Amino acid sequence: MRIRKELFADERRDDFREVGVGRQRADALGHVTARSQYYDDRRIAGMLHMKLVRSPHHHARIRAIDMSAAERLPGVKRIITAKDVPNNLYTVLALINVGIPDEPALAFDKVRYKGEPIVAVVADSERAACEAVARVRVDYDPLAAVFDVEDALKSGAPLVNEYHGRNTFNYEGRDHQRVRFGDVERAFAQADHVIEERYQMSPIEHAPTEPQGCIAVPADDHRITCYTNTQALFFSLDVTAMILKVSPDKLHFIGGTVGGGFGGKVDTLVEPLCILGAMLTNRPVRLAFSREEEMQAGPPRGAERIFIKDGVMKDGRIVARYMRIYEDSGAYSRLSPYGAVKAAAHCPGPYSIPNVFCDAYCVYTNRTPSTAMRGFGVTASDFAIEVQMDKLARLVGMNPFEFRILNAYRDGDTKAHRKKTEGAALIECVLAAADLANVPIADSYRTMSSRQGGGAAPGAMPATPPARPQPGVQRPAAGDRLASIFGERRR
Amino acid sequence: MQTPVQFRLNDEERAEFVDSGARLLGLLRDKVGVTSPKSGCQQGTCGCCTVLIDGAPYLSCLVLAETCAGKSIETVEGLAKGTAYHPLQLAFMEHFAAQCGYCTSGMLMAAKALLDRNANPTRADVIDAICGNVCRCTGYQPIIEAILAAAKRGVARTA
Repeated sequence: MRIRKELFADERRDDFREVGVGRQRADALGHVTARSQYYDDRRIAGMLHMKLVRSPHHHARIRAIDMSAAERLPGVKRIITAKDVPNNLYTVLALINVGIPDEPALAFDKVRYKGEPIVAVVADSERAACEAVARVRVDYDPLAAVFDVEDALKSGAPLVNEYHGRNTFNYEGRDHQRVRFGDVERAFAQADHVIEERYQMSPIEHAPTEPQGCIAVPADDHRITCYTNTQALFFSLDVTAMILKVSPDKLHFIGGTVGGGFGGKVDTLVEPLCILGAMLTNRPVRLAFSREEEMQAGPPRGAERIFIKDGVMKDGRIVARYMRIYEDSGAYSRLSPYGAVKAAAHCPGPYSIPNVFCDAYCVYTNRTPSTAMRGFGVTASDFAIEVQMDKLARLVGMNPFEFRILNAYRDGDTKAHRKKTEGAALIECVLAAADLANVPIADSYRTMSSRQGGGAAPGAMPATPPARPQPGVQRPAAGDRLASIFGERRR
Repeated sequence: MQTPVQFRLNDEERAEFVDSGARLLGLLRDKVGVTSPKSGCQQGTCGCCTVLIDGAPYLSCLVLAETCAGKSIETVEGLAKGTAYHPLQLAFMEHFAAQCGYCTSGMLMAAKALLDRNANPTRADVIDAICGNVCRCTGYQPIIEAILAAAKRGVARTA
């Protein structure tokens, strides 16, 4: 690794003591001696085990639940259903006043994805809990299911989530999040080339080596201690308090050592039920996902489908970008409304394009609810945008590095969502990458920079209307709250 | 039904009663309290539960506990002698080969099995030795570098 200290040398201090220096992890010794304690490395006297009855259907009405055979099984201590959960219907972003309750901790009238939990069994061994789960009889009335974001928006599509009344999240009265900047239609009419492409992300499973789980222990101070591998300790504590209708100070969460997460361990799927089990039995309870549960019911990256239509001039300047984004939320909201906001906020990528139009939909389908994963929303946008950039470069016969340099944003440029660009470094990164890849760059591009007016294009765009705020332009309150709670910097 | 099983664990004699059908992973974690082998999949696909039985690497989640009678089992708990850490432990720390740490125990034992029988492994030998161990954090390169570095440091075959 080499630090390019000559770049932006006047814009920062140059007394790095940590950057570029190899440092051992604080927990390295614990990991190589196996003294690092994961939640499941604790064995607590008198501990009971919880297992969940899960839906084998993608979409079905629940007609009846018969627990009599399970209740008779030796070792079964308690069987928990929706009516035992104090605030069964919730949505995680309610913590920041975004969205409406749309997900049950335990399903009662309907199941909306394969693997959705319906009944929780607490028994004195994992084996007894598994046997009891197998004896719970759920009578289902299967419903038509929808698995494709565009199919879900067609009239006559099965309604996945009744709480929303339609298969989309509500962004301040609209069924999508939008960005409007300039006039894309007029720019398309003037462009030398217009191309539209379709991009599809996969619903990637994080597959951490350690499946999700927790152990809840009634403590002698009338609190419940919860050893958990959540990635978001206090977020999960607050979600649990919301579902169980208890004051957060009655819960003591202990986390820290997590066997891989990558975004897949923020949904708080184990703590509320496990702690409820501990409260109802007054015994320590363990709820550990099997690998099968982690793969089937654990949330994946939301699969985004993205359409990009671009207008480009023969000289390589992009004059208009239209994006339509569908975020597959699965059956429930969780964090996906935020993912769609991020995808829209990222449009049109790190480029100065004078005319931009984006509609981003958060769509409900009968797939496993999706969640955070490594820059969700932005990752998909970037995948689509950067593949599109290569296609555009080929279309106009330009070197893709020079094509990006030409269109890159510079400090001071107004972005589509009306923020001024600051701290841009794309051109310098592209140049460094070109050098590493031995791609020759013409001097006229090599002299360009990300600084204000750093040589180039944006000022010399063809005669499209100047960017001006449109009536429909939003700085959505929900998006801002989402961005601030997750500490995102939009740039 | 329970069966008595006598075995050596990290050079100490042990005796436990095990349920028929119980697996070595459960015996170690739940009965003996040795938690270095991790329960990542319970189906022999992740390698996080790798231990050595008579010097050879095994997935303890697939080994019937009863079959360990009379065998010698090694886990990470037996690698260091006090604060004299095994060269593999030192190399894993120095080369950032452990990130979340969950696969580390299995990786260390798979690597130890390799170095015990081949003190000068090639990169291909190392890759072959850990091909049954999944790591979702590091991308494997730091682990491979660490094992090669430990080999270079000279690992005496442990009895």
